[in-house]
Amino acid sequence: MKYEVVIGLEIHLELLTRSKLFCGCSTAFGLGPNTNCCPVCLGLPGSLPVFNRKAIELAVTAALALKSEVQINSRFDRKNYFYPDLPKAYQVSQYDQPLARGGCLEIELDKSRRKVSLERIHLEEEAGKLVHAGESIIGANYSLVDYNRAGIPLLEIVTAPNLYSGHEARLFLEELHSVLLYCSVSDCKMEEGSLRCDANISLRPAGSPTLGTRTEVKNMNSFRSVEMALEFEAKRQESILTAGGSIIQETFHWDEEKKHTFPLRSKEESSDYRYFPEPDLLPLVLESSYVEKLAERLPMLPQEHRLKLLDQYQLKVKEAVLLTRNRELGDFFETAAVSYSDYRNLINWVQGDLLYQLRESGRDLKKIDPRLFAELLIMVDDGKISRPVAKELLAEMVQTGADPGEMVENRHLGLISSRESLMPVIEQVILGNPDAVDNYRQGKKKALAFLVGKVMAVTGGRADPAELNRLLKEKLK
Amino acid sequence: MELFENTAVELSRLLRTKEVSAVDVVRSFLERIELLDPHLKAFIIRTPDMAFNTAKEVDNRRIRGEEMHPLAGVPVAIKDNISTLDLPTTCASRILENYIPPYDATVIAALKNVGMPFLGKTNMDEFAMGSSTENSAFFPTCNPWDLSRVPGGSSGGSAAAVSAAMAPLALGSDTGGSIRQPASFCGVTGLRPTYGRVSRYGLVAFASSLDQVGTITLTALDSALLLSLIAGYDPLDSTSLPGSEFDYTDDLEPDIKNLRVGLIKQHLSADFDQEVTDAVLKAASILEEYGAEVQEVSLPLTDYGLGAYYLIAPSEASSNLGRYDGVRYGYAVNGENIEDMFSRTRGEGFGPEVKRRIMIGTYALSAGYYDAYYLQAMKVRTLIRNDYKALFNDFDILLGAASPTPAFKIGEKTDDPLQMYLSDICNITDSLAGLPSLAVLSGIHSSGLPMGMQLTASPMQEIMLLKTANFFEKSRDFSPLRPVLEFSEGG
Repeated sequence: MKYEVVIGLEIHLELLTRSKLFCGCSTAFGLGPNTNCCPVCLGLPGSLPVFNRKAIELAVTAALALKSEVQINSRFDRKNYFYPDLPKAYQVSQYDQPLARGGCLEIELDKSRRKVSLERIHLEEEAGKLVHAGESIIGANYSLVDYNRAGIPLLEIVTAPNLYSGHEARLFLEELHSVLLYCSVSDCKMEEGSLRCDANISLRPAGSPTLGTRTEVKNMNSFRSVEMALEFEAKRQESILTAGGSIIQETFHWDEEKKHTFPLRSKEESSDYRYFPEPDLLPLVLESSYVEKLAERLPMLPQEHRLKLLDQYQLKVKEAVLLTRNRELGDFFETAAVSYSDYRNLINWVQGDLLYQLRESGRDLKKIDPRLFAELLIMVDDGKISRPVAKELLAEMVQTGADPGEMVENRHLGLISSRESLMPVIEQVILGNPDAVDNYRQGKKKALAFLVGKVMAVTGGRADPAELNRLLKEKLK
Repeated sequence: MELFENTAVELSRLLRTKEVSAVDVVRSFLERIELLDPHLKAFIIRTPDMAFNTAKEVDNRRIRGEEMHPLAGVPVAIKDNISTLDLPTTCASRILENYIPPYDATVIAALKNVGMPFLGKTNMDEFAMGSSTENSAFFPTCNPWDLSRVPGGSSGGSAAAVSAAMAPLALGSDTGGSIRQPASFCGVTGLRPTYGRVSRYGLVAFASSLDQVGTITLTALDSALLLSLIAGYDPLDSTSLPGSEFDYTDDLEPDIKNLRVGLIKQHLSADFDQEVTDAVLKAASILEEYGAEVQEVSLPLTDYGLGAYYLIAPSEASSNLGRYDGVRYGYAVNGENIEDMFSRTRGEGFGPEVKRRIMIGTYALSAGYYDAYYLQAMKVRTLIRNDYKALFNDFDILLGAASPTPAFKIGEKTDDPLQMYLSDICNITDSLAGLPSLAVLSGIHSSGLPMGMQLTASPMQEIMLLKTANFFEKSRDFSPLRPVLEFSEGG
């Protein structure tokens, strides 16, 4: 039988506020354990929560960007359960009256686009973080708790079960990621845990309208691991169903090292969170004018940006998607394009050498000035510098923001194309590599490239390739 | 006359006119405590050093001629569920026996700010759950009028302390009568302010939608003075009411003429002690005599109110008390695993009444029961609010009993939780409606015990309660007004 995979995602993201959801403690990441805490976020007896207005603003902005219907009246509830990372033994969350309902996000598939529907979006508070002695939660002798994270505002986004592969789940997350970055509501760093994704996944016979028994997959720490974990889990379920077995509803942990999912708990407890309205907070009532104002202030979103890029610069869809992963890259391209009109060459440099240099150096786009980047390309086009020199300069520009024109001038990096300058080097190389010279003369064309390389090495890559080729051939005749 | 016999208003005058020093006042009360408290056990901890330090500072500032608040140098006792920086705040529970808060409640900061010396933290029913102070994990408190009887609860320690002149003023908390019922058992004045008028920040939560800090004092004037200090909007409490400041006025001259008084029929029940009812009726007739219009009114949902209260309060409590798990502070017992640690800690740390309420609340909030219990109780609460709202269209004030009986014997109701719960029947409906309510002495029972009546007004109308109570204080024709306590030095 052929099975169809059905996936729904539950995404948690930390909102980019300076202080926590209910107190004034900082949300900074990476400080000493339990240093960003106060009576409120530690849940000390007698402490009370007070809303952070900025968190509400960011949450509403995110909801608007995701076309979710912002509710004028919403409410906070207590979700009660015992766990050491939960200081009050309840999480302040939203249960039956969430901040926003519905919504959708379009993803770009290979040849088409598809709208993925959202169920709801709500605000809640983050829990603390457990640090287990030993390798993992299983078999740890003891655990320590860091409450720095406790009380950071979290936005929960729940999709409808309408993603149909691990790959689609990944595309959805990438698109969501860029929307959230465009709105500046979260820094969305999966590795720091500011964006987390849990998934419900089930299989059903292709064409069947009812959903099969689902499992939950947790601990997926990158877009890639979401895709891998869900593909793995889909295969695991398929092999059980094909063998005539049935799926047990349970929670799985993704093991990044071993690349497989394993059950987190031996038996699934049916948890009863005893939700009830949080008596320490008033219901959240938003003025419709407030929501309208935030809607007006909504920045350009990735999809709109992509359309603009496709239209204005004749880019391919994949290239536009790449440029809109985050706002900065697309803006970089557009600024460079103001003074550089060979868009094809520009996009090739951006997605090739620029992204390579950024990855290599671990830098972002803060240092390098797109106008100087355009200048660099113009120098290459005008034959002022060679491509190898341009690449070296780019590596430096990414790190220091240096001006390529100045560097070329100060370091005499300009292209060497005069016969007088090149000939002595060519003669020296021919003398030093008699074997290669013989090979060339016997008809091995590759030997020419070898000799070109030698000349390039001596000139620090500055030799004009066309002129060099011409002179070398002439000399070897 | 000894210094400790004075009201707060009188002490304030003596201090301001420099007839006495704050150190003299503190010493007088601390000596009184030393003499009586071994018998009464109103205090969980005493804080003499702290009290003297504050008093000395106040005296020095006064000598320097600084402008001082009327309550500067007037000592106060604090119920032990109000968070005090660097001072234990136990809620009379084993589970918080060694807990010392790193912060002051908003009300505590207000008292410190004006230089009120703290005499100590007073005994209570564990986590304010109870009506007799017998649920204290440490010891019961005795009623100063009759040591074999309870002082009421849960603010029994505060009520006993003021009644026995061990403190001129005390802070209490009232969730479903915990200020008014003990005030009536001890013959003092207990005010539960409008929900949201006094900050709850730092009051250890029992039932968040009902808890309110209030005053236990000798007179309505003293209540007004203390309320003016603790009332007002607090940005740290989201349920705090903007514009809830209370302006103290030394003019509490009542305007009884044409006062529209509703006499609550349900508080004249045949199940109540006849003398309690008679005292309420007498109060009504005095009001009429002075020109008030008194009319019998009905609060038909009083019985349902008790049921609703005992679902809502335990539900919230079951959630509020979840945090006592031994992980961060307080009592902790190691276990085989985390669940074992939680259950041992809570099993040993909580007393029986607290456990009972956690279980009731957990049950009422559980999936499948929520609609039938919690949600139904919330509907009753709304109906009760509506009933009051309708009544306050026609009446300025409601009058009834503060408790069905005078103080009962220690041990009399400990085996019967339902009987104990019924002791709060008069106090619960106005708690559910968030209304200001005050208990004041209505007479002396033939047994020699004090009896209390209760006055309730519409939201933010504390002034109406205080004026009417002030009127009753002036028109009293019975005695004694305070318990007679005779102990030889050294017990």
